[in-house]
Amino acid sequence: MAVLTRAQRRRASVFRWAVLLVLGAFFLLPLYAMAEFSTRGGKGRTLEPWRAMFHDPDLTAAVSVSLQLAVLTVAVMLVLLLPTMVWVRLRLPRLHGVLESLCLLPLTIPAIVLVVGLSPVYRQVTRVFGDSPRTLTFVYVVLVLPYAYRALDAGLASIDLRVLSEAARGLGAGWPAVLLRVVLPNMWSAVVSASFLAVALVLGEFTIASLLSFSNLQVTINLLGKADAFLSVAVSLAALLFAFVLLLGLSFVGAGRHRRSRARPVEES
Amino acid sequence: MSHAPLPSAAVPAMTRATGAGVEVRLEDLRRTYGTVHALDGLSLTLEPAELVALLGPSGCGKTTALRALAGLEELTSGRVVVDGVDVTSIAANKRDMGMVFQAYSLFPHLTALDNVAFGLRLRKIPAARRRARAAEMLELVGLSAETGRYASQLSGGQQQRVALARALAIEPTVLLLDEPLSALDAKVRAQLREEIRRVQLEVGTTTLFVTHDQEEALAIADRVGVMRAGRLEQIDSPTALYARPASPFVAEFVGLTNRLPCTVDSGVAQVLGTPIPAVAGSVTRGAGTALVRPESVTVTPDALGEAAVEATSFLGAIAHVTLRLPDGVRLRAQVPSAAAPQLPVGTRARVTLAPAPVLVIAADT
Repeated sequence: MAVLTRAQRRRASVFRWAVLLVLGAFFLLPLYAMAEFSTRGGKGRTLEPWRAMFHDPDLTAAVSVSLQLAVLTVAVMLVLLLPTMVWVRLRLPRLHGVLESLCLLPLTIPAIVLVVGLSPVYRQVTRVFGDSPRTLTFVYVVLVLPYAYRALDAGLASIDLRVLSEAARGLGAGWPAVLLRVVLPNMWSAVVSASFLAVALVLGEFTIASLLSFSNLQVTINLLGKADAFLSVAVSLAALLFAFVLLLGLSFVGAGRHRRSRARPVEES
Repeated sequence: MSHAPLPSAAVPAMTRATGAGVEVRLEDLRRTYGTVHALDGLSLTLEPAELVALLGPSGCGKTTALRALAGLEELTSGRVVVDGVDVTSIAANKRDMGMVFQAYSLFPHLTALDNVAFGLRLRKIPAARRRARAAEMLELVGLSAETGRYASQLSGGQQQRVALARALAIEPTVLLLDEPLSALDAKVRAQLREEIRRVQLEVGTTTLFVTHDQEEALAIADRVGVMRAGRLEQIDSPTALYARPASPFVAEFVGLTNRLPCTVDSGVAQVLGTPIPAVAGSVTRGAGTALVRPESVTVTPDALGEAAVEATSFLGAIAHVTLRLPDGVRLRAQVPSAAAPQLPVGTRARVTLAPAPVLVIAADT
């Protein structure tokens, strides 16, 4: 590898900082603008919209609904997808391609088209499950499939699934134990990242909820914006920050499970 | 779930033989994939506490046989009987068999100790007893100092030892070893081979060992079964298998063999002018081909000898000398390394054969 001279290294470092600053400005400026706008008062600054958002019953309800949707979506997605993928890898490898294209399909269908197809389905869904916004879980699971599939597929590819599952079965593990005690802990980071993507997608979803006339966080924020621009922007910023904190928190959960130290090379004794 | 009762932690394990050896019968096993017969009527009985090695080239069905015994492979037909009980339709996780795989199979998220305790945990053994038993098993394979390490921190040989301890911790009815040494380098392989045998004799578990390495099979097993095309070609003690191969395939697969033309009459073969007894199953009369081991061939430098040295290869304690006979037949001899320098390429030499019994097959094969 070429050794960099001091001047080259300084230039590289300047370049890095420049990129960081430009990108940082690109991301932070809108956030700053939102913060600035949401604290505008008649004279000077006010935190009134930020106070108000905690006392808006519609809003707190919408936050609660979106969080529940996120949890339900992640749970249903994992329960549905992980065992299926493991089974296909072990027993039906020929169906791997079919499963993959099936899971990636939602990516190719625009949300608006999806809704047109879904509205008659949802008439039945609401008849059976009631008209709770939590029924959005079904369509959200479909929406997150492509992202979750990719993440989980990478995780499964990184372990020797066949040998590990056979070793576990030989030691007396049934399939549920194989999944929970062997597969899951060894691809935890893939499961966490699949969950990240699902949570981020659910918290930011507007189109489908709006078109199917359910109210989730984004729909409520949109409505609020029509009545009170300051409050709406404050809530949008808060939602962004909340999602950021949530994902940061989840990433620590993921890291916590990976406490085992990296391999140091071992010599045969 | 049925399994032998685990010992109380108070019993010193190193002196305790589990005596768990049971009889295992494989009856007419068949496994067909499309038109391929991976197992084509394999029958084999393992005596209690016996270590049987299945030996054969890749694709001969030896691994399929082991996996069928483990319950990881479904059979087209046939029965697997363990300790008098037909387990053919019992799922792998209910068979109580300990298995060590060719590929490293330790659970990466668990320490060596937790790996060994895994099967005990599934059997709901209390934590304290579980840990004691796991520690005991790791001691048995000489890894007491590595209990807290993860697979990524262990060498290949250590990983396979932990896998062995893990397989034995559940007090399996049968121990299944699927080429456990083939991923290791030669020195560790030989070490671990002896270790496996020591441990197996100590715990007394009936064991099936699958390998394609004939030296490994001969060194470790009570009996060696040579497989070919989904069937058992011959099963015998290592010495008998080597000295009295029942078929040319076995003779060629186990050890090196020279094919020398001969004539047979009333159980005696005339090979290069030396009368040698022919083993059972040989051609009884007329022309044939004798399968002669290189160590039965003695080479003496002799300017008037009819053979010429074509090549020598030094193998440590011994050397192999390839000779060419006047009729064009090539012959391989094993000589002590010290004798090799007297046999440079081109040397004329005299060849004599030891009268060790040989298998004589039909001349045209």
